[in-house]
Amino acid sequence: MRVMTNRKNDWISIILFLLPALILFIGILVAPLIASGYFSFFEWKGFGDKTYIGLQNYKDLFDGTEVPFLLSAKNALLLALFSLIIQLPLSLGLALLLGKGVKGERFFLSVNFLPVLISSVVIGTLWKKIYYPTGGLLNSVLRALGILKKGQADILWLAESAINPQTGKRYSYILGAVFVPMIWQYVGYHMLLMYAGVKSVPPELREAAKIDGATDGQINRHIVLPSMKQIIKVCVIFSVTGSFKAYDLIAILATYKTRQAAVPSILLLDQTINWGKYGRGSAVAVLLIIMCFLAAIIISEVFKDREKV
Amino acid sequence: MGRKEASMDLSQYQVGKSSKTVRVFIWIFMVVWACINLYPLYWMLTFSLKDNLQIWTTNKFGLPDPWVWGNYKEALDSGPIFKYFFNSILVALFTIALTLIAALMATYAISRIQWRFSKTVERIFMLGITIPIQASVVPVFVVLNKLEMLDSYQALVIPYAAFALAMAILICSGFMTEIPISLDEAAYIDGCGRAGVFFKVILPLMKPAMATASIYTFLQCWNELMFAQTFNTADKYMTLPVGIMQLTGTHTTNWGAVGAALSIATIPMVIIYVLLSRRIQDSFIAGAIKG
Repeated sequence: MRVMTNRKNDWISIILFLLPALILFIGILVAPLIASGYFSFFEWKGFGDKTYIGLQNYKDLFDGTEVPFLLSAKNALLLALFSLIIQLPLSLGLALLLGKGVKGERFFLSVNFLPVLISSVVIGTLWKKIYYPTGGLLNSVLRALGILKKGQADILWLAESAINPQTGKRYSYILGAVFVPMIWQYVGYHMLLMYAGVKSVPPELREAAKIDGATDGQINRHIVLPSMKQIIKVCVIFSVTGSFKAYDLIAILATYKTRQAAVPSILLLDQTINWGKYGRGSAVAVLLIIMCFLAAIIISEVFKDREKV
Repeated sequence: MGRKEASMDLSQYQVGKSSKTVRVFIWIFMVVWACINLYPLYWMLTFSLKDNLQIWTTNKFGLPDPWVWGNYKEALDSGPIFKYFFNSILVALFTIALTLIAALMATYAISRIQWRFSKTVERIFMLGITIPIQASVVPVFVVLNKLEMLDSYQALVIPYAAFALAMAILICSGFMTEIPISLDEAAYIDGCGRAGVFFKVILPLMKPAMATASIYTFLQCWNELMFAQTFNTADKYMTLPVGIMQLTGTHTTNWGAVGAALSIATIPMVIIYVLLSRRIQDSFIAGAIKG
């Protein structure tokens, strides 16, 4: 009798079991990745003939007269920077406080995570109304607090370029205005991951340190944080690559999507779908992918070095 | 490791006692931050029941007075919101089904059958976590366009499933490696083949993994905007985020109705979250711990 065992290699079963995943993976991830790279060397309207133009698409992007790619890359880096210095520390603080055991811990955890689950379209539309010039929530609050005085013009938070009628100066707050909800929405996400990290520290360890007379600060620094290194690395990678890939809230909040508040994802879709420049859009995609991979590699390296010290 | 973290005990424990003032201060900070997170929801629900005069001048912050239930009727009349809802649910269910089938089968081949390149294949699949969807949007659009498959359910289901796959495999393999290999061996001796072991031994034990992976996949595709906005622009197949974006963009004359449309889109999600908050949180933790 022929009895199968786990040691037996049978390639047919292996291939059959892998097949659905392989088709999806190659068809939707690998082949398009290669295709994007290939398209980026052509001028192409999405149908018909392609014209090979070498690196011209990339030159156009870095030249910046037609497409504000460098501005979009700068905005993406800026968003990543603000995420690192505002979003993650806030998340970490909340996670450490909640993990220490606050009254209503579960409630706070759930409430803080809520914005992650609400559709960006809903959040974007709500913030649009918050920023609405006349009667919008933000300007109303500023008026109630007396920061915006009577007779002073409303601030146009989401304008590409506005003029202050009192001083005649131009201003544009749009970048900051879209960054705030983008950073806020995912504080809860990172908080949840870090909270899981805090909770994975055995309570006995804390207890022992406490008995030895360690303060909360010392416990956090010497016991909790070192054991959270892996989680913090994941959060930093997600936060930075997430900033590079940002799309939803900017697509909703910024009406003129390709100017002050341009980000790579917006340019990518605008170039291809709206302008029919598939080659150039693909070049944006390629640069974006490189940015994400480089960031992930660099961050992993940074965390590795610390391990040795 | 994924599994251990996922089912990790998040229950409360109390260590020592900080001084009273510190604790009060921490608590106030927590309350303030919670209010910041809840306020948009409160504000959306209240202005969905106000008329324009209340929203913009007389009653910006308070409870509605009078309550304008007509906003909800207007929102439902202004576009096929329930159709969008149905589309989103259908897309999500098919995506979950396809993701689970592909992920469970692949995980079985990778972690239950011993062969030379299994680790390598797993690592290659895991690259899927780092590849941004932006890498695919243009080529997939071109192909769908050529196949005349834009504006269809599969235009979203297949790409969503492909991008959910890596995380689902990660979650499934965390659970599958915990099933003792002796169960497989016993089934082989009883005369089962690979398929028999997969269906009779592995699948029945994978229910918790399926639940976690389903929740994660659901949340990924429910709010997705970029693919949805690019591939499906006809009302018939439009998903909720795109539909709501279109509705709120077109009739900005009555903001109460906009609020009502936003509320209709949000309330079911909030209810599900209230009922399943623990499981939803655990699925996010399981998804990220190895990522």
